[in-house]
Amino acid sequence: MSKMSVSAAIREGMREEMQRDERVIQVGEDLGVMGSPFAITKGFLEEFGPNRVIETPISEGSFTGMAVGAAMRGIRPVVELMYNDFISVALDPVMNQAAKLRYMTGGQVTIPMVIRAPMGAGRRNAGQHSACLEALFTHIPGLKVVCPSSAADAKALIKASIRDNDPVIFLEHKLLYAKKEEVPDEEIVLPLGQANVLREGTDITILTWSRQVYFVQEAAEKLAAEGISCEVIDLRTLVPLDWDTIKASVEKTHNLLVVEEGVKRGGIGAELTAQVIEELYDELDSPVGRVAGLNICSPFSPPLEDVNFPQVADSIAAVKRQLNR
Amino acid sequence: MAVTKTRESAPSYSSSFLLGMYQRMVLIRRFEEQAAESFTKGMLAGNIHLCIGQEASCVGACTALESRDFMTSTHRGHGHCLARGARPDRTMAELFGKATGYCGGKGGSMHIVDVSLGILGANGIVGAGIPIATGSGLVSSIQGTDEVTLCFFGDAASNQGTFHESINMAAAWNLPVIYFCENNQYGVSVPIRSVMNTDTVAERAKAYNIPGITIDGNDPIAVYETVRQAVDRARKGEGPTLIEALTYRHMGHYMGDNAWYRPESYMEEATERDCLANFRARLLGEGISEADITAAEQAAKKEIEEAYVFADESPYPDISAVTEDMYSQMNDRCVAR
Repeated sequence: MSKMSVSAAIREGMREEMQRDERVIQVGEDLGVMGSPFAITKGFLEEFGPNRVIETPISEGSFTGMAVGAAMRGIRPVVELMYNDFISVALDPVMNQAAKLRYMTGGQVTIPMVIRAPMGAGRRNAGQHSACLEALFTHIPGLKVVCPSSAADAKALIKASIRDNDPVIFLEHKLLYAKKEEVPDEEIVLPLGQANVLREGTDITILTWSRQVYFVQEAAEKLAAEGISCEVIDLRTLVPLDWDTIKASVEKTHNLLVVEEGVKRGGIGAELTAQVIEELYDELDSPVGRVAGLNICSPFSPPLEDVNFPQVADSIAAVKRQLNR
Repeated sequence: MAVTKTRESAPSYSSSFLLGMYQRMVLIRRFEEQAAESFTKGMLAGNIHLCIGQEASCVGACTALESRDFMTSTHRGHGHCLARGARPDRTMAELFGKATGYCGGKGGSMHIVDVSLGILGANGIVGAGIPIATGSGLVSSIQGTDEVTLCFFGDAASNQGTFHESINMAAAWNLPVIYFCENNQYGVSVPIRSVMNTDTVAERAKAYNIPGITIDGNDPIAVYETVRQAVDRARKGEGPTLIEALTYRHMGHYMGDNAWYRPESYMEEATERDCLANFRARLLGEGISEADITAAEQAAKKEIEEAYVFADESPYPDISAVTEDMYSQMNDRCVAR
């Protein structure tokens, strides 16, 4: 084991894949000398050269589309969008091209590309640099959506994403980048679609991912002191979804809460709630609960921003409300 | 319209070369006429965008490619793919939504693709093929290989952001891409001249410091020679070229649009400059016999008749195919209802 930050773990995972497979290239803004704004590709230009570290102009729509074309030619591009909010100017190559081309060509092509994008609030970046857009991406068939929380998972999942033959949206929470954690020294490639039961419990299942994993674990710890036993599951990937793990847990606890940072309306929580009600209704002792962001644009001012995304206290209150405790 | 002739001298071509181009142009026109007839009879679902009038640009440009090269096509793409060598029967079957179509019926008219021919997609989104072609050029460039990529798009796509962004990158990095604009002068109903402030699309090349050439897109030899020069440049590592082929879309934007918004003079000009009639006359002038020309026409006609029968008699896809091909690796929940 060695201690490294989440950003270093992503960097190491990508570096190993680039060393292993020369078809893996990096595409995006400021990836060269700067090594990307969050230092994710630091040292890549020196190690792999300009033919594999493609530093682009600020043309998100076309460099993402260019990566789709490169993927059709058998290259495995890793595209960095500087913030996931910038997908607004690069959605066509993702939604209409990468996601659909395999299907629309009757399986003649695969699009083995990864789009990495920092996401999330808490950094006082205001409304155009702070969203959590998982729900937007999960709504698009053809994409896979990965949202790691820990450094070890981030490394193992970026490696799996790069090896995957389908387009993968890899969402990195900005406020997790600096988090230092133990990462195994041996190579781990974590299959997409495996959730992680972080804490076993019997009273309620809490599904979450990305930065909220830490908030929810803290909430579960505090609730345990009050005699409430929470089962905390880090979904890790939203597409493919690990339904078996969700099902087994709900059948055990009979109560479900979904905690996410993103906007509540049309969120992942809404989708998971619907799936559980459709298939596990008889297992439920309480209506499924949701803790999520407000249905607003992320505000700049710190007190306003902190009210917007769920805090530990919000999850604690939601669990107590749901269990009548 | 102003046309810049790029030919300085007229090289001579063999009869078989010229007849081969002509036969393929006829094949495309017959294909489109058969598609139109099938559509009118109610045999085709959805929309079809026909390229009648643009056969010379399809065939002239594709003839300049080698088999190892790549291309991207557009929503008006039947002719591009047939010019590249796609089979008319599997192309027609795709229009019919049949299992034997190139995409198993999942793409339809706007998305005819045979990847084995280096076709990296036809596209229903105007301008979306431009970055994809640029990505293909990037791969050839970083791998140090000498394939080129031919990127078809229409005049209206030159007003998309992808046009500017992609050609800017290709120019900055000297990518081996031929940006080939088929200027039929209308984006659906809007005359291109009313929504751009230059006389030609080609002069936009100045903004990227690459060659921009406007040619008569109704002359397959002019198209072939111009694209050939651009291909040679790209192969030698001298970077991208923007070519604008002036041409005519004889039909409306799609079947059912009778193009009432165009002045009558448009079709008068188009008929006068019809690539098929004029190229036929030229072949006769080059000493190719009427019998040989008729034989080529008959061969094309027969191929399309057979393609139609193949498409009509082919089965629809099995319903089980509906969730196939969405992902290459997945679990059931990825595509479940």
